[in-house]
Amino acid sequence: MDLEMNLNASHSMGTTIIGVTYNGGVVLGADSRTSTGMYVANRASDKITQLTDNVYVCRSGSAADSQIVSDYVRYFLHQHTIQLGQSATSKVAANLIRLLSYNNKNMLETGLIVGGWDKYEGGKIYAIPLGGTLIEQPFAIGGSGSSYLYGFFDQAWKEGMTKDEAEQFVVKAVSLAIARDGASGGVVRTVIINSEGVTRNFYPSDKLQLWHEELEPQNSLLDLLNSSSPEPMNI
Amino acid sequence: MNFTASKQPENCLLGPESDSQRTLYPYVTGTSVVALKYKDGILMAADMGGSYGSTLRYKSVERMKPIGKHSLLGASGEISDFQEILKYLDELILYDNMWDDGNSLGPKEVHNYLTRVMYNRRNKFNPLWNSLVLGGVKKGEKYLGTVSMIGVNFEDNHVATGFGNHLARPILRQEWHENLSFEDGVKLLEKCMRVLLYRDRSAINKLQIAKITEEGMTISPPYSLKTYWEFSAFENPTQGAVGSW
Repeated sequence: MDLEMNLNASHSMGTTIIGVTYNGGVVLGADSRTSTGMYVANRASDKITQLTDNVYVCRSGSAADSQIVSDYVRYFLHQHTIQLGQSATSKVAANLIRLLSYNNKNMLETGLIVGGWDKYEGGKIYAIPLGGTLIEQPFAIGGSGSSYLYGFFDQAWKEGMTKDEAEQFVVKAVSLAIARDGASGGVVRTVIINSEGVTRNFYPSDKLQLWHEELEPQNSLLDLLNSSSPEPMNI
Repeated sequence: MNFTASKQPENCLLGPESDSQRTLYPYVTGTSVVALKYKDGILMAADMGGSYGSTLRYKSVERMKPIGKHSLLGASGEISDFQEILKYLDELILYDNMWDDGNSLGPKEVHNYLTRVMYNRRNKFNPLWNSLVLGGVKKGEKYLGTVSMIGVNFEDNHVATGFGNHLARPILRQEWHENLSFEDGVKLLEKCMRVLLYRDRSAINKLQIAKITEEGMTISPPYSLKTYWEFSAFENPTQGAVGSW
């Protein structure tokens, strides 16, 4: 049947990735599901990858393509940092990603969101979708799960959130996308970057809020049956 | 005159496409069903998801239904085709009751009927896009069988559809044994469903477990399973290899 996995399909990060700016830096968020066709090859992947101490990138699309692009950019940025004598800026990182994405557009299938903090421009988010367009935005969403978030962001996004507001917003958004996108799932990872440094957080699914038609998780049906009064089962 | 744009290859043995309807691909689909025989009868589990491609569109779809007095049918695949099958079976049971002869169709008979329906549709290149699991107990005899969309059918002590074949059946081969108690059967099914929840993209965390015995059929209320994410390797997967996954 069609529904069964093609075990030789390429690893693709169905994905939900998000980057938002707040009044002191940026928050990056992502789910953790990597699939091979319909099989979940890795349920706890880390899609938020470090480029430098102060710049990270969210990866979506082909796992291989996004990894190789970020590996090259990390390498170039390392050299650039040595030559420059100080930390690279998020703008430089984003432009390097763009160069690779644009000049190899026929061969690559990866959408990236670059987020970082530097002393010149503060917190910045750059989206680099398929094709290699570079676009600086106060927030960016990407991956297959982002389709379910356009309405949510249109309604709920606001400028100048605090660090905690921004992080809770990102976690809520990724969690909503996971609820509806089969290609997204697992845990929610966030990375907060500001003048003080970088903080990584981890939110397993059972710690997230429940959405419509979702139920409180149980250890087993047996607990439910034993705890309730007569007539727990019905036809 | 025929204006419909039909996708027919040049070397074609098919007649005009517009003459008849056929399911070419499924739209709203259910994922795995897992079932096993236990001491008193059959236990079957299925989640309540109806996916629309990669979107988890419907989250309260009941994919297991009682058939007559003695059988339980679970289905994966196209939900509309499942609903059509339920109509066929409803008619079958009705006619059986109309005889009013004290006899009633058991699971083995229903399974055979379904096999014929699925196979005949397959032969007309217009399949019902489902994989079915049929379980039941009649006169103390437990029965558990499966039929696929192309008419492949067999019975066994434990069966599954779709992803369940790859992920659940190996677990069942190791851990199933004769005369499982209800509790052990439920725990075993939940173990399978949890793995499916981790590893099947179209699985959702809301399931039902149905039981059928000589006395009759009951289906649990919908509930969710706890999942485990607290491995240290999950919290820091790229500790040794920055840039990997």
